[in-house]
Amino acid sequence: MSIHSRAIEPISARSPLNRLRKLFPAETLVAALFIAPSLFGLFVFFIRPTLQGFYLSLTDSDLLTHANFIGLANYRTLLADKQFVSSLLITVRYVLLNIPLQTVLALALAVLLVRLTDSMVLRGLVLLPWLIPIVIATLVWISILSSIGPVDGFLKLLRLPQVCFMCQEYIIPSIAWINIWRHTGYNALLFFAGLQTIPKELYEAAAIDGAGEWRTFQSITLPLLRPVTVFILVTSFAGSFQVYDSVAVSAVPVGGPGGATRVIYWYILDLAFNRFKMGYATTVAVALFLISVALAVVQLWYFRANTSDLG
Amino acid sequence: MATTLPTVYIRPTATRSRAKKLSVGRVLAWSFLILWSLLTLFPVYWMFRMAFSTQRELLADPTNLLPVHFTLDAFKRVLGLLPLSTVVDQGGFPKILNFGLYLRNTFIVSIVGTAGNVAFSTLAAYAFARLRFPFRNQLFYIYIATLIMPTVLNMIPNFILIYQLHWIGTLVGIIAPGFLGNAFSVFFMRQFFLGFNRELEEAARLDGAGILGVFWHIALPISLPALTTLGILSFMGSWNDFQWPYFVGGQGRIEQATTLTVALAYFRSQQQSGIPDFTGMMAGALLGVAPMLALFAILGRQIVNSIQFSGIK
Repeated sequence: MSIHSRAIEPISARSPLNRLRKLFPAETLVAALFIAPSLFGLFVFFIRPTLQGFYLSLTDSDLLTHANFIGLANYRTLLADKQFVSSLLITVRYVLLNIPLQTVLALALAVLLVRLTDSMVLRGLVLLPWLIPIVIATLVWISILSSIGPVDGFLKLLRLPQVCFMCQEYIIPSIAWINIWRHTGYNALLFFAGLQTIPKELYEAAAIDGAGEWRTFQSITLPLLRPVTVFILVTSFAGSFQVYDSVAVSAVPVGGPGGATRVIYWYILDLAFNRFKMGYATTVAVALFLISVALAVVQLWYFRANTSDLG
Repeated sequence: MATTLPTVYIRPTATRSRAKKLSVGRVLAWSFLILWSLLTLFPVYWMFRMAFSTQRELLADPTNLLPVHFTLDAFKRVLGLLPLSTVVDQGGFPKILNFGLYLRNTFIVSIVGTAGNVAFSTLAAYAFARLRFPFRNQLFYIYIATLIMPTVLNMIPNFILIYQLHWIGTLVGIIAPGFLGNAFSVFFMRQFFLGFNRELEEAARLDGAGILGVFWHIALPISLPALTTLGILSFMGSWNDFQWPYFVGGQGRIEQATTLTVALAYFRSQQQSGIPDFTGMMAGALLGVAPMLALFAILGRQIVNSIQFSGIK
């Protein structure tokens, strides 16, 4: 067999088919087949749009007519755009109401869960809100906070001043609360997983050295949780800046009342889908993109991300 | 064979051994946990309560927390089973709603999208984890880069593409972007394959099995737990999605492409004045939450573990 094939080799190796086979062994072909659909999807729906987004921001695209290249004109408009600034401020306020409380609550829940119980049921319960679509969570909370809901009823019962949760003044804090309600449990489970990677010997050593609860938390738990904390902060900041779904459902019409919910993502989508200013909408999106990247970089740098203090 | 992900070791709670004495701290800690659990459960209870009540009796006494006058009217209303005059009479949203159709659409979008995502991501992940081919690492860097890039910019160019393909207002348009998989899914499955001992696969190769045979008969059955986890996460993602199905599906105006979350948002947006049809809204919401709750009841442990895994990776 081997003699035979060796005799044939010089001839067949020169045939184009065999040369091709040598260049692309079966494994490479299979790999190409396996990867092709995924890579195609990745390119068409994730890489291309990001690149095209940057290009679109330099055009006056309106979806219907031919888009003209207009250089940095959109960016000049953006710098003088009052709605952009105001939307950015509304969004920042929302983020600051949402993230700190959500993260602290999640960490507290995780620490308590680890210390008190290993009940899967309780962990499941904590995760429950995350399973409810944000649109539905928002609708339920609207009904709870509405003028015919129980919160209002009890305020009345206690003779406390009534609060219009879905009016101009309180709608952003209300939306922040709905998102806190939905995401805290999810983040708590991430923290919970992080806590379980901390060796308990460290806690034992700290206890022997006479360190109190708070001291142990500050010197062991927090520093060793750093990678998880960074992961949670980076993802929730990025997600929070893109808040839209809960805003779109709680405010009728979207953006109201009195423009109180004109968050940055509302502005982008309003420009794109109500006014068909695709070019300028992507310019605002590019700004948000750059803000997201800058925020992530700052956070990663500040927390020196992947370096857990655990050797 | 492990029934959970091999890379996840959920350790028994570290502090179990500590003395369980009743202290002020413990009482406070438990109170906090219980309070949060109640806060978690209350809206779910509220949804059930409103969905099974009549609109009028709900309005009569807002401070009452108990169910009032059990009825299925709200469900009949949103499923379009009652004539318009009865709907109006019940204080409902004056339009025949078709939540059966929206539910069907959501199921199609979620199941087809999940099947595509899991299948194509697993194929790519297997190649990256197990096969040798030129530019393997370079190609994978592209996936990593996509994974960490913000996705803010994607929405509009993708919408334009779907528009040019004439897929606006169709389920195909809603499913398309996720159907071929995404970077996270590939990353997730690759991690799984890498964490798995390759001896079995090598033994099969020595026995004369081809690459495809090994993938199909050995790698896939072994990765069933990971596939399930990815499937659950992906299904929940599609099920809960709003923004993309809203704009691509025709903003709730094209029935054939309206998913549940979109229908609910549209339902809500049509009620600018007066008291909204809360019972109808909650009945519709409950139809949307029920499959999630069922999934959770059956696969709760796996869902909880998969969340914890995504944080450790």
